[in-house]
Amino acid sequence: MGKAGRGAILQRLRDLAASRHAAHVCLAAGFVLSFAIPRFGLLDRYVQLILMYVGINIILAASLNLVNGYMGEFSVGHAGFMAVGAYTASMLTIAVFPSGASEWLFPLAVAGGGAVAAVVGLVVAIPSFRTRGDYLAIVTLAFNMIVKSVLENIDAVGGPRGVLGIQRLTTLPWIFFWSVAAIWVIRNFVYSNQGRGILSIREDEIAGELMGVDTRRVKLLAFVVSAFFAGVAGGLFAHLLQFINPRMFDILKSTDVLIMVYLGGIGSLAGSILGATIYTVLLELLRPLEIWRMVLMPLMLVLLMIFRPRGIMGMREFRWFVPAREWAAAVARRRGERAADAPAEG
Amino acid sequence: MPLLKVEKLTHYFGGLMALSDFRLSIARGELVGLIGPNGAGKTTVFNLITGVHLPAEGNILFEGGEIAGLAPNRITALGIARTFQNIRLFRDLTVLDNVRTAFYAQAGYGAAEGLFRFGRFKREEERIAGKALDLLGAFGLREWADEQARNLPYGLQRRLEIARALATGPRLLLLDEPAAGMNPNEILKLMEFIRWIRKEFSLTILLIEHQMPLVMGLCERIVVLDFGATIAEGTPGEIQIHPRVLEAYLGGEAAP
Repeated sequence: MGKAGRGAILQRLRDLAASRHAAHVCLAAGFVLSFAIPRFGLLDRYVQLILMYVGINIILAASLNLVNGYMGEFSVGHAGFMAVGAYTASMLTIAVFPSGASEWLFPLAVAGGGAVAAVVGLVVAIPSFRTRGDYLAIVTLAFNMIVKSVLENIDAVGGPRGVLGIQRLTTLPWIFFWSVAAIWVIRNFVYSNQGRGILSIREDEIAGELMGVDTRRVKLLAFVVSAFFAGVAGGLFAHLLQFINPRMFDILKSTDVLIMVYLGGIGSLAGSILGATIYTVLLELLRPLEIWRMVLMPLMLVLLMIFRPRGIMGMREFRWFVPAREWAAAVARRRGERAADAPAEG
Repeated sequence: MPLLKVEKLTHYFGGLMALSDFRLSIARGELVGLIGPNGAGKTTVFNLITGVHLPAEGNILFEGGEIAGLAPNRITALGIARTFQNIRLFRDLTVLDNVRTAFYAQAGYGAAEGLFRFGRFKREEERIAGKALDLLGAFGLREWADEQARNLPYGLQRRLEIARALATGPRLLLLDEPAAGMNPNEILKLMEFIRWIRKEFSLTILLIEHQMPLVMGLCERIVVLDFGATIAEGTPGEIQIHPRVLEAYLGGEAAP
């Protein structure tokens, strides 16, 4: 193929990526596929399982990115919120909802897990009013440990053994639905008045406050939304694995999510999707290496931090995740300038 | 009633007295200069008025109401805005977003409307974007709207900081060394610019400055601080020959 031919194809691809239409087509196709794949067995069950973990990790990474990437705080206890969601949702489907109706009430169980996690997020947000940086990291670390030891000491949820016999209610369509919902809501947040508020906290908190931003309010909001989706991810996780115990939600789990966020790039939803996908898939591919993958993965992270300290996307956003109106307005402004720069005719 | 009335304002950093018994009264529409040697407490006055620090003692009345002890964002919402000695823009955000952020308190929609994009969200966002772009246009920054603030030339960063402050809709504007790092020619332009925004936005202005030509040429009244205390107050003509001011700036006995 000639150079011109390749150029034309690249241009076509670029146009495709640029069009809003393509984004909607992909969304619709993804939704149809999420039903078709398990229905017709288009992929083997193992690959389906990995896909579902990718989805759960996308929700976790995107929600942590809100606090760590967009707001610039350093929360390291995301698995704590996930645990709250997982336990709440499991208790709802096991003990609260009538057993026959669990399948239909599953979205409610997941949302309920998110809601309880959000309330806990509200409590964790309060120290963030006065504490920043390293100290807030320690507060969230402590929170993660508290959640774990509280769960280990409640006999009603199985103590250290955890909860067994959870129904398998998480399906590919539900994973797809919740991932899209998480990305959509977080994107809306970032491109709203409150979102500019959390960005100003990252850039310069004092200046933000002096420009009228109610920093306490937007911090609460960011922690609540972030915790909600971590809880949702927990609920989905529990009903996929069918058993949970407190050790699953320890600091290591939180670290996994941190790696996904910083690998993909802070302040970028496309980055979180990439980070979660690459990390999850790579861990699976490297499984034959056994214990050596625990050497290889951190080594990759070190190299990444040296050569691309802001992650793969690093504060840049793929245009599908920028609201159409924002994008169109910026394009119109650029056109206007070019028109103004062009020499007058005649 | 004065627009701003500061009484017996005192502040300490650790055991060090940064400001003692400071008084200031500014009438609506005035342009007042605050000068003094380095470390005299000028920026501390700004930080106390805008709520960055909590005063140890004293009252700050804005339009007759006490504002000492209020959160900075509340004070801003009441109508006081400021710039910073060392520029503090949101560097990684675009020029447009820097200004839009300052409309925070004026956005007429709630968190739920923003998260799910319904109700007043669309109309309010359009209104904010329109007002922000108008403001950028008036400041000659419109063509930079989509550029990251960090990429602006120094002079335009200073201008953007003022535009951002004005977006909050202030009646009192505090400028902290607006001429820092400017050459005499740029300072002349800045003086014109300050006169223009004062008229255009019907502002009362209090400014800190080391550039004497600007202070003397622009301000109607000058307050001189040294070691946290007011040592002189008057018109530029009076200040230029005030013995205590000469002493503070030149040190020791001032030659007559």
